[in-house]
Amino acid sequence: MKRLYLGNEAVARGLYEAGCRVASSYPGTPSTEITEFASKYDEIYCEWAPNEKVATETAAGAAIAGARSFCAMKHVGLNVAADPLFTASYTGVNAGMLIAVADDPGMHSSQNEQDSRHYALASKTMMLEPSDSAECLYFTKKAYELSEKFDTPVILRLTTRVSHSRSLAEESERVDNGLLPYEKNPQKYVMMPAMAIKRHVVVEDRILKQTAWNEKEAFDEGINKMEINGGDIGVITSGICYQYAKEALGDKVSYLKLGCVYPLPVNVIKEFASKFKTVYVIEELDDYIESHCKKIGVNVLGKDVFTLQGEYFQSLVKKVVLGEENKYLKADIEVPARPPVLCAGCPHRGLFYALKKLGVTVSGDIGCYTLGALAPLTAIDTCICMGASVSSLHGRNKADPSNASKSVAVIGDSTFIHSGVTGLINVAYNKSNTVTIILDNSITGMTGHQQNPTTGLTIKGDPTTAVNLEKLAEAVGIHNVRVVDPYDLIETEKAIKEELTTDGPSLIISRRPCALLKYVKHNPPLEVAFDKCRSCKMCMKIGCPAISMKDGKAFIDFTQCVGCGVCKQLCKFDAIRNQ
Amino acid sequence: MTTSIMIVGVGGQGTLLASRILGSALVSEGYDVKVSEVHGMSQRGGSVVTYVKFGDKVYSPVIEKGEADIILSFEQLEAARWLPYLKPDGKLIVNTQKIDPMTVVTGAAKYPDNVLETLSATGVDLITLDSLSLALKAGSAKAVNVVLIGAMASKTDIAKDKWLKAVEENVPPKFKELNLKAFELGYNS
Repeated sequence: MKRLYLGNEAVARGLYEAGCRVASSYPGTPSTEITEFASKYDEIYCEWAPNEKVATETAAGAAIAGARSFCAMKHVGLNVAADPLFTASYTGVNAGMLIAVADDPGMHSSQNEQDSRHYALASKTMMLEPSDSAECLYFTKKAYELSEKFDTPVILRLTTRVSHSRSLAEESERVDNGLLPYEKNPQKYVMMPAMAIKRHVVVEDRILKQTAWNEKEAFDEGINKMEINGGDIGVITSGICYQYAKEALGDKVSYLKLGCVYPLPVNVIKEFASKFKTVYVIEELDDYIESHCKKIGVNVLGKDVFTLQGEYFQSLVKKVVLGEENKYLKADIEVPARPPVLCAGCPHRGLFYALKKLGVTVSGDIGCYTLGALAPLTAIDTCICMGASVSSLHGRNKADPSNASKSVAVIGDSTFIHSGVTGLINVAYNKSNTVTIILDNSITGMTGHQQNPTTGLTIKGDPTTAVNLEKLAEAVGIHNVRVVDPYDLIETEKAIKEELTTDGPSLIISRRPCALLKYVKHNPPLEVAFDKCRSCKMCMKIGCPAISMKDGKAFIDFTQCVGCGVCKQLCKFDAIRNQ
Repeated sequence: MTTSIMIVGVGGQGTLLASRILGSALVSEGYDVKVSEVHGMSQRGGSVVTYVKFGDKVYSPVIEKGEADIILSFEQLEAARWLPYLKPDGKLIVNTQKIDPMTVVTGAAKYPDNVLETLSATGVDLITLDSLSLALKAGSAKAVNVVLIGAMASKTDIAKDKWLKAVEENVPPKFKELNLKAFELGYNS
């Protein structure tokens, strides 16, 4: 029976049906739900790894051991996993190995807009790209066949609109071929120069075979598709852009839809292009397919008429190819922007208020707390990538030691484990004078509440050992370690002030669970005594979405307030009280 | 023929559940359906939008300017923000609730006056309801989303029992009665 599947859920179903046995991932929007859904199948061992490198190595090890394996990550996660990827491409697999990577054109929830297809090209790893949930399921299953047929890991490239849209897909039974036998084979699995030189020859030969497959069998097996509809325009496309092109242009043009985007075919592209006066390449982000076409001598229109930035949609295609635009209504209203904000009761709010008040420079990191950069808190100075807060603060303070008394790093618990811990070891080892603050909200928040090595629970919610951050810091050589409750503004401010003036590196753990966690008990909402409110707007300085001004007085929205009491500590006139 | 519905609101208002209920009801009618949602950072109190499209065959999961047959807005300002996405003869269903964006809270911008009157002046087919009051009547402020789905359901050709089944399938069992009541209040509003 067909039902609506989220793209990511369809990938998980594909894993199940393909007999995948081991999955290891690090959460990252828009890829997270794949592994969450996969963990609901008892037949697949699933885990959250500390980072994407560990996840990919786990999957590689499982595949060599003979189990069909999987790892998932967002586009920037593949940067972290690039090291094992490039060499796993040389070793190849035993049982199939699939790496799902989800790009985020338009940056709905990311720090850059990188195009992961370049990784397939650079690492010489086969890449498939589905365009809806039915293809997510089918391509996932197919990827395992291809992985074993060509002895290579396979990358499944998704984009936000494929991962996070629901469309119809049909499920079938799981086929589990069990564990394949493992045979010791250092020539294949030990990558040192003498062996790797020979494996590189195998890889180049593999690419020729895969290209030949992509010219023909890929069409017979439903991965690539050619639709000839007459007319003098041809469109070469892949992934979600196929859907936009079909919606905009329908049967007015012909299509070459490439489901396998590495290695790209040559002859079939030449043959398709020769039928039309004009050929467009419609692809989001970089000119990846376009460059290939030009390299093989096929004249196409691509980034000359389309953009390198953001998401494509049907209207863009319609405008560029047909010169048509939709009519729409406009109201004479100046609509203010509505940027995302830290939730009401978010434990990070109190900490950022203290940092802003102290006027320190803050090296930020990746997570919900990056929102501390926005008004009115504006408490973050830099945000680069996972873990960069700790190490970039180290660089800052080495550049100018006087920064040590006026700069801190903030990093979430999950991000710290991901790649902040190595930065902290560097801080201790290289005698840095830095203040690192771990925002420990007991969960991976931004991606929607995934467990991590500090929470004491596995992906399935089973109890496990938890990293003790205090002891870990002590063990790597950080001897000034203290824990504060960020709901307590006075204590929090005092701790930061003291550590900024202490010699040597310090770690402050700002500890309080995320306000959205189900087990967190909230206090009743607070309210403003209007007769006491002097309209000073002190309570507005923390940027709480539950507080606004109504008829000149502060007002607390009872549907949002969770009674955290941070605003109450700021009011000099005792106007904020329990209901 | 494809019909396009947008559900817009503020992160945390429950627009994702609303789109899930709508999606279930449409699949039970035998349509090809696509639903597009955004997870992650913009969910945190930001402007959020979900697209639901159905028909014989749906390609793009996204709805753009001038394409929506119905916009179901959970908040006044969001109705104004997304109005250009409506077909000129489309229906705009608006919850009268107002939520100040942080830009207004900080004083960087002003929440516009008379949003509903200005929207109405464009000639759009505007339907307004106070779904927060109805949700509270049903038993929880959190049921605003289901009240609004009820209000929209009454404007479609899909039979009421299909909607009720879709609500039941998509809400936790312990909140079933509350949500069915919220749906009825919206449906009869």
